[in-house]
Amino acid sequence: MTAKVQAMLRESRLTGVALIFLLLALWQLSAIYLVHSPTWPTVTTIFESWFENIADGTLIKHLFATLWRQMLGYGLAVVAGITLGLVMGYYRAFYNLLEPLVEILRPIPGPAYLPILVLFVGIGHEMKVVLIFLAALFPILLNTYSGVRSIDRVQFDTARTLGLTTFQTFRELVLPAASPQILTGMRISLAISLILAVLGEMVVSNDGLGYFVLLAQRTFKVPDMFAGIFTLALLGYALNRLFLIAERRVARWHYESSGRL
Amino acid sequence: MKNYLAIDGLEKRFASHGRAAFKDVTFAVRQGEFVALIGPSGCGKSTLLHNISGLSQPTSGTIKLSGSVIDGPRAEMMFVFQQYTKSIFPWKTVLQNVLLGIKYQSGLSHAEQEKLCLEHLNLVGLGKYPHYYPYQLSGGMQQRVAIARALVRRPKILLMDEPFSALDAMMRVELQDLLLKLWSDLGLTIIFVTHDLDEALYVAQRVVMLGASPGKVTVNVDVPLPYPRQQIETRSEPVYLQLRERLYNNMMEQVMASRAGAV
Repeated sequence: MTAKVQAMLRESRLTGVALIFLLLALWQLSAIYLVHSPTWPTVTTIFESWFENIADGTLIKHLFATLWRQMLGYGLAVVAGITLGLVMGYYRAFYNLLEPLVEILRPIPGPAYLPILVLFVGIGHEMKVVLIFLAALFPILLNTYSGVRSIDRVQFDTARTLGLTTFQTFRELVLPAASPQILTGMRISLAISLILAVLGEMVVSNDGLGYFVLLAQRTFKVPDMFAGIFTLALLGYALNRLFLIAERRVARWHYESSGRL
Repeated sequence: MKNYLAIDGLEKRFASHGRAAFKDVTFAVRQGEFVALIGPSGCGKSTLLHNISGLSQPTSGTIKLSGSVIDGPRAEMMFVFQQYTKSIFPWKTVLQNVLLGIKYQSGLSHAEQEKLCLEHLNLVGLGKYPHYYPYQLSGGMQQRVAIARALVRRPKILLMDEPFSALDAMMRVELQDLLLKLWSDLGLTIIFVTHDLDEALYVAQRVVMLGASPGKVTVNVDVPLPYPRQQIETRSEPVYLQLRERLYNNMMEQVMASRAGAV
């Protein structure tokens, strides 16, 4: 292998994209020549039904239903997680009061809240929003308070010698200093919130991508099912991509000063 | 004003292990004086400076500034930390860092505040770098930002905790001379903590030496060398060399005594 090819394989992400197309091609060939089953449609059939579902607005409707409840639950988790995390990280008394409770609640897998929520919140839209909120809350909360707690003593001393009030200290020091870790928590929770949105929709719902995928499977519309899953893949990818761009902008100083940009 | 800043019978015990960092520390600083505080590591000189600044409290004894007891950070005293990478906020530009010194205090408009900050950046030789981020600057330049941020608040006293010890030799020399110029131009009072004898003798009018732990004032001596001081000439004056020898021997005695005591 020449050095040029080696360098290309190391530097370029083209091979990764090519692999995806190769796998799709293999899928297509296997569905045409090897496996003749309604559960293994050709890729082209999937794409056909994908476009149909987009054209008649079905997928768009379900996509926005999912996105809406995800963003609602996630948005509430961001606000609550950061607020509570800042308070817990800054005030030792609050940390001592709440940390054991957080440590007990945190390991509960998000889906385990479902039966309780069905009892107390019902089976509607609100239940899914609360489910997403609970699962997305903890990574943000944890990262926020550990980010605040790891702020160096010298920085707090600096704020004191500059005569900053508590509010000014939060604004000028605590929030920006903890922001790289807060953003890490928010990114983890973004993925979790999509998982829980789809799960909630699969358990009980009348719209959303989770509902769409499960209904398609139960009614043997297998190409529709795959079309829904492809949509979810793209949604998850796009959200993460957008988040990374936003993260790089907000905490640019962090990545540049640690040489990771 | 003999007793502008008076430190009287100061003792600091650490709550965690009950050992004293220093005890019976008494000395005074005149207004406009440049005092270096030196001592072997572990003698509590940094803790003492924190006490003077009001960032932490002594266990007993008093610190008075113009007769009033210091029990918290004062606007007229500014602290310059050794760890400039932390003390300068990395998410703010050079200008934003300096602005933080006055943005909540002065009744000036934002434009006037900016002008004042730029003047102070010029003073420390950073006039061309207001929009740089700290990580784009060398260590020496970062510490200059910290000095500009302290000065923009128009303090009367500068408390400096080993401010140049993390810098390489050339930058240290440059910043020593800059500091001496600022001191004489602005009429500051400076207490300068260092573990470096040569640095102490080069910059200060008086050297106060703390003994090994628990620290006490073991030497309190004037440095009768004229200003402006010159890196080469001053360091080869007989007075300089005699003082250096005396302080060095004293410091070694302290270190030996504390080692013997520890066994």
